[in-house]
Amino acid sequence: MTWSEMQPLLEQASWDTLYMVGWSTVIAIVGGLPLGILLVLTDKGGLLQNTVLNKVIGQIVNVARSMPFIILMVALMGFTRSITGTTIGREAAIVPLAIGAIPFFARLVETAVREVDGGLVEAVQSMGGNTWTVVRKVLVPESLPSLISSTTTTIVALIGYSAMAGTVGAGGLGDIAIRYGYQRFETELMWITVAILAVVISLIQFVGDYAARGLHRRGGQSGAAPRLRLLKARAPANSGATGTESPAAEAPAADVSKVA
Amino acid sequence: MITTSGLTKIYRAHRSRGREVLALDGVDLHVREGEVYGVIGQSGAGKSSLIRCVNLLERPTAGTVTVAGQDLTALAGRGPRAGRELRKARSHIGMVFQHFNLLSSRTVQDNVELPLEILGTSGKERSRKALELLDLVGLSDKAKAYPAQLSGGQKQRVGIARALAGDPKVLLSDEATSALDPETTRSILQLLRDLNRQLGLTVLLITHEMDVVKTICDSAALMEKGQIVESGTVSELLATPGSELAAALFPVSGDASADDRTVIDVTFHGDAATQPVISQLSRTYNIDISILGAAMDTVGGKQVGRMRIELSGRYEENVLPIGFLREQGLRIDVLGKEPLLVKEGAK
Repeated sequence: MTWSEMQPLLEQASWDTLYMVGWSTVIAIVGGLPLGILLVLTDKGGLLQNTVLNKVIGQIVNVARSMPFIILMVALMGFTRSITGTTIGREAAIVPLAIGAIPFFARLVETAVREVDGGLVEAVQSMGGNTWTVVRKVLVPESLPSLISSTTTTIVALIGYSAMAGTVGAGGLGDIAIRYGYQRFETELMWITVAILAVVISLIQFVGDYAARGLHRRGGQSGAAPRLRLLKARAPANSGATGTESPAAEAPAADVSKVA
Repeated sequence: MITTSGLTKIYRAHRSRGREVLALDGVDLHVREGEVYGVIGQSGAGKSSLIRCVNLLERPTAGTVTVAGQDLTALAGRGPRAGRELRKARSHIGMVFQHFNLLSSRTVQDNVELPLEILGTSGKERSRKALELLDLVGLSDKAKAYPAQLSGGQKQRVGIARALAGDPKVLLSDEATSALDPETTRSILQLLRDLNRQLGLTVLLITHEMDVVKTICDSAALMEKGQIVESGTVSELLATPGSELAAALFPVSGDASADDRTVIDVTFHGDAATQPVISQLSRTYNIDISILGAAMDTVGGKQVGRMRIELSGRYEENVLPIGFLREQGLRIDVLGKEPLLVKEGAK
């Protein structure tokens, strides 16, 4: 197989993978984030303590998490058809990918949100905040670095899952590696695919780590100005969120004499 | 300003029946408007439960809490979640925490704006108010810094600025200085004192440090095992015979009386004449007086505190000088044959 033959194949496969992983990541976040937060809130001692609901959600998440993806894909075929109208192709693969990733992401979110100091929740309550305020102003922003790491992990896992999407004719890099590389003994093509996957995964991991660290830094001791302030741009009416800010120098000692 | 009556809190351990912890046992607290009221006690005495019950972060099992004439326990309703009215009431009660509880993802200014966001204040107004408050606590140059870049004392100043954002009449301080070094503690207490005077803020603070009470409190209460054992203004406490709190606030040391000397504790509780009694005593009766120890403060031009002095000779020989001191309106406790009235180092 010559390069000119491989190139269009690889190009198409890369786009297919990106498309499937991209959409399923979006859906996983949209579905998994509330679910993960709900797992924390409904837990014992949580703001919306509800042991029954907590156990039910927890159990569903556990079952879905333990399901091998290939089985999930086959088992969900009826559901997939009812949503996308087909059981083959890229769109059809997104449904099981997303459904598989939601509980995965939810568990990661749960762990991340649990790390948030309970004192902060108490502080917001003492200001008259309700549960929604606590979620919006405390739980999500405070766990954002962890949430970004969780998203990275989820994307990488989804790329792994998507290799199996070829079984429903969805294409993608994993599918190329199996069909051409393994079944047609095109070893060369397989290695190129592996290399592309390795590069893509490394890149995603790097970007994710960088973003998480950038956000985390403002909570650290380094004193350097955070780089990725655009992620914070949604904070309301905040002149500090401009990203052109000069590095905050090490704070001088408290000026006691300045007190009223 | 803050009144609790019969406040009781029982913690029930999950699943294990019969294991209950009585954290508050019928606490009656009365904090007057504009005063700094300190509740002191050891760990586990119920101080934290008490202050959390005042803004109903903890639901009391029984009893009522009234803040600024509003019965908060009535607003709370039955459910575990705080209703709209209780949340509104809470927004007018500031609270400062031992571990500051600032959001690490927000700048100092955004942290101070948080209560205003919850109240629904407009962006421009929020920003104005936050900067004004930061100026008040002496941190206007730190508005754009993140909490992690501040020292402990600065963090607590931000915490105080944030607590003031809702224009509270009442400030609750939950061990606000316990995580700070002595120097910073003093500056934070000074700030609280200034705010109390300038804004007419009523402050209820809990602490395990006697120094905190001594430094800024107008009134104090001692808590033990979920109950308030003693309470009152500082001079009331001093005027109470055998007050543990007074003894701990103004600790004095020295040996008890013996055959050749009489040791007495003189308590100045603010109502006594302002003349220098000790030198008068010495001159009037021509006797020598040694001061063994003293812990005195001047509050509003009056001397309060305790002093332990030694007169030579047995008690019987010193009846007249002691009588003189009593006439001055001072409280006199003779240390000696009877058991010690004061507990040393109750801290």
